[in-house]
Amino acid sequence: MPYTYHTDDERDAMLRALGVKSEDELVDVIPEKYHLRSLLPIEKGRTEPETLRVMSLLSRANRPAGHLVSFLGGGVYDHTVPSVVKNLTSRPEFATAYTPYQAEASQGTLQVIFEFQTHISRLTRLPVANASMYDGATALAEACLMAAKITGRDVVLVPRALNPRYLRVVRSYVSGQQIEIRTIPSTAAGDIDDAALKRELGDQVAALVVQTPNYFGVLERAWEFERDVHAAGALVVASVDPVSLSLLRPPGEWGADIAVGECQPLGNEMSYGGPLVGFIACKQDYIRQMPGRIVSATRDVDGRDAFVLVLQTREQHIRREKATSNICTNQGLLATRTCIYLSLLGEHGFTELGRVCHARARKLADMIAACDGYALAYPGPFFREFVVACPADADAVVAAARPENVLAGIPLARYFGPAARQHLLVAVTEKHQDEDFDKLCAVLKRAALVKVG
Amino acid sequence: MTVQATPPNFGQTIYGKSRRGRHGYHISSRPTEAPRDIPREYLRDGGIGLPEVSEPQVMRHYVELSTKNHHIDKDLFPLGSCTMKYNPKVNDDVAAMTGFAGLHPEQGDADAQGALEVMYRLERLLAAVSGMDAVSVQPAAGAQGEMLGLLLARAYFADRGVSRHKVLVPDSAHGTNPATATIVGFQAQTIQSGRDGRIDLDVLRSALDDDVAVLMLTVPNTLGLFEKNIGDIVELVHKHGGLCYMDGANMNALMGQARPGDFGFDMMHYNLHKTFSTPHGGGGPGSGPVAVKSFLEPFLPTPRVVEKDGVFSLDYQRPQSVGALHSFFGNFGIYLRAYTYITRLGSDGIRRASSTAILNANYLAKRIASRFPIPYGERCMHEFVATGEPLKKYGVRTLDVAKRLLDFGFYAPTVYFPLTVPEALMVEPTETESKETLDRFAEALLQIAREAEESPEVLTSAPTKTPVRRLDETTANRHPVVTVPMV
Amino acid sequence: MDFKNVRFTKDHEWVRFADSGDEVTIGITDFAAGELGDIVYVELPKVGGEVRAAASMGTIEAVKTVADLYAPVSGVVSAVNAALEQGPDLVNQDPYGDGWFVRLKMSNRKELDALMDQAAYQKMIGK
Repeated sequence: MPYTYHTDDERDAMLRALGVKSEDELVDVIPEKYHLRSLLPIEKGRTEPETLRVMSLLSRANRPAGHLVSFLGGGVYDHTVPSVVKNLTSRPEFATAYTPYQAEASQGTLQVIFEFQTHISRLTRLPVANASMYDGATALAEACLMAAKITGRDVVLVPRALNPRYLRVVRSYVSGQQIEIRTIPSTAAGDIDDAALKRELGDQVAALVVQTPNYFGVLERAWEFERDVHAAGALVVASVDPVSLSLLRPPGEWGADIAVGECQPLGNEMSYGGPLVGFIACKQDYIRQMPGRIVSATRDVDGRDAFVLVLQTREQHIRREKATSNICTNQGLLATRTCIYLSLLGEHGFTELGRVCHARARKLADMIAACDGYALAYPGPFFREFVVACPADADAVVAAARPENVLAGIPLARYFGPAARQHLLVAVTEKHQDEDFDKLCAVLKRAALVKVG
Repeated sequence: MTVQATPPNFGQTIYGKSRRGRHGYHISSRPTEAPRDIPREYLRDGGIGLPEVSEPQVMRHYVELSTKNHHIDKDLFPLGSCTMKYNPKVNDDVAAMTGFAGLHPEQGDADAQGALEVMYRLERLLAAVSGMDAVSVQPAAGAQGEMLGLLLARAYFADRGVSRHKVLVPDSAHGTNPATATIVGFQAQTIQSGRDGRIDLDVLRSALDDDVAVLMLTVPNTLGLFEKNIGDIVELVHKHGGLCYMDGANMNALMGQARPGDFGFDMMHYNLHKTFSTPHGGGGPGSGPVAVKSFLEPFLPTPRVVEKDGVFSLDYQRPQSVGALHSFFGNFGIYLRAYTYITRLGSDGIRRASSTAILNANYLAKRIASRFPIPYGERCMHEFVATGEPLKKYGVRTLDVAKRLLDFGFYAPTVYFPLTVPEALMVEPTETESKETLDRFAEALLQIAREAEESPEVLTSAPTKTPVRRLDETTANRHPVVTVPMV
Repeated sequence: MDFKNVRFTKDHEWVRFADSGDEVTIGITDFAAGELGDIVYVELPKVGGEVRAAASMGTIEAVKTVADLYAPVSGVVSAVNAALEQGPDLVNQDPYGDGWFVRLKMSNRKELDALMDQAAYQKMIGK
């Protein structure tokens, strides 16, 4: 039996020490009628070589975006993962460590979390950040719950251009709390309709969610909402792509009370959409309402610098039914990867990342706009992702691209209905080469001809 | 604990090692410039404030940090209800295969046949182990699994035109159970355990009415005891029209030996990072799949994986689904590891694993019971709860025992949980420990008991051999410092 | 310290009243503070809010535990100890003086009769 030690002699010695003849006697605390007498109806065990063979076959039955020319985004992005990140997090000291409750034996994990919190705080310019959340979607959901609790109100306003998969999760989370989600329509430019927002701001509103860039890649004039939202007694919840924070004004500087986002693009694999890793940051006043683990710096009895989990009284294991959230894990190992990634890239590398992604995206957007029949659906400022208005159904464009090993983008009818059926969401990262752009444009041109023909 | 005279300095952090101008990693081989097509008002004004360090420096910094951690590849973590078993490396290699790691979740189903097959087959394996009919692998952690279970219950009752408000939870339950009840909008009601540490049928009977939606139980319970009356318990709840949910944190005792579905549970969650060996990663990621009986299947989150003529696809057309708890399909990279593990062990390996886990726990219990009594008896399943109460008369508490164990190179067991045992030490060795490690751990505990009597200050001042000693948690909690302050 | 005008609850709150008038001051006993350990945070009711006897009106947090603060008597909150926000350690240092929590305007003076005097409280805690 793999992964265990006992020889027959050792097993016998232990059974003798317990005064029983076999392990079955020990397991017989399970009443007869429930105790299975035969093995489960699943296959018997395999060796490691056999396991690898089977799993390799399954792996090869996939055609990963990593092997194709892919322009898929929508919250998960194909960025380079530096070798240092992979190397360090494959160390068992990080990968197999436990939650750092016994701080004296967990200073590695605790300091990494502290550095992660600091990185997030620098990116967002909000003073408090936690040890991470399951993903950007649940982080947003928890931020909405937080805002409702802080204000004592029960309506949350979300933009129509909010990531639709995030919206699904938010709805599930607020369903138990009598919180109503109201959608603010977009303008023709793809951003939040100011006038509609002003009409909705009333004394039942707990928060306005501002996602920038939004799902369409469009940048919101986020600083314009703060005054009205705060005047109405509500909070501003920012949902942001951390890569964009390399270049864009941070939420802490445009009035956000809470900021959330998805750190998968920072040092983590796409891995078919999970595990992901969310972040949450907030103003100092709200630290006690924040869910999840938080690490603080401190000293030990000898005066050494050290780190420790704090404010655990918010959490489920102590507060139980009055806890701020039920969350138990953070995404430890992935937050470690993001921490190392941001440390490695640093001030200069991370700035470069944002500039390169956007410059490449700008170049592709201009090339596509120059293709007959194609245009940018939203011509205003965007960051690294944009919506293309196609002459044909975007589904057809995607289908035409696939045999050329090109994943053209996300057809927006998938989430926004038939009205969006000619819209295609295209994402660009630093990995894209000029020949990838040429390939995509060639595919787009061919797809346009087919439609006309 | 003395109040700190000076606040912490941050010289040992990556920020403290930063030097202006260092550039560790290049994305571009040419100089870059700020975007000209984005108006200035959208852009950052000034620097970000990230560190400036070199690549070798990053390696040294984090390698050094890693050495300050205890981890399961170093030595024992006897944490009750955490099942800190060995994390097989083949699982990590499988998760890193580009065919899996490089998949984007918005790719068409045709591109992800291998991944979808893994999801499909894993659901069936987990259904078989639990004795249930359908599984969702979407919940990202056990707590999310519990959330899903309660959302399912609410949907089930709503479907019958009924609204129930209460969730019953034993006093020995893990805090996530009542916390989850509150988040989902239920009222958590605690029921007192009986003298034998198990559910008292009379207490349960008087707590049950037709406003109780769900009874949440951990089996075996957090004391490591099997609920012998589980059949009666479930029958009582069902008679009142309620549902029974099992917190599967302790499945390492049951897998291959008995099935929660057979006990009568309507739903349960798994903790793959416990029972099925996925790595703890310093606090995550985990994965908390939920298994249900067929009448609850229509409410499961979307998408569901379906198979037709050997082709797998994602089905979002589930009108009664409760929706989604995760952006995509849950923690694929984690349950992929669990799938690798379960198929590696197989039906025979699974059964041997749980019986070995039970053997190890009983052996360890017997070895230490003379100095650390086990209030509910030494015959346990995969874990047991001992008490450090006898040491109190020397001025030594369970906290001190835990800290002193760190000096012996072990991680401490879970302490002060469950709440039903004073000075509790909850111990779960798992099956992937040797007799010599168990003996070594028992010797350490017995020595600690002797130290308590002869030189208690050794315990109250422990640990002394770890990279840092006891911490000033009071100041940290009064005035938390959660980032390196910006200069 | 003079405990003549102080009464105690079974949950270890104390309430100090005057010979006449309905202003009272409320805190927790040194026994409670000792049991909880270092107090790190206190959550107090809003000034002007109504509280009911025996109902929870706030929380007291130590590093690893949290306890409810119960109102010994009913009334309207007239003041809370703002110093506790930055200095929760006042509760440990001076639980009957500077570590007070809440001042109330009592609505029913008779409720004091249901509470323990110092001798009875000392007996309850086994001292």
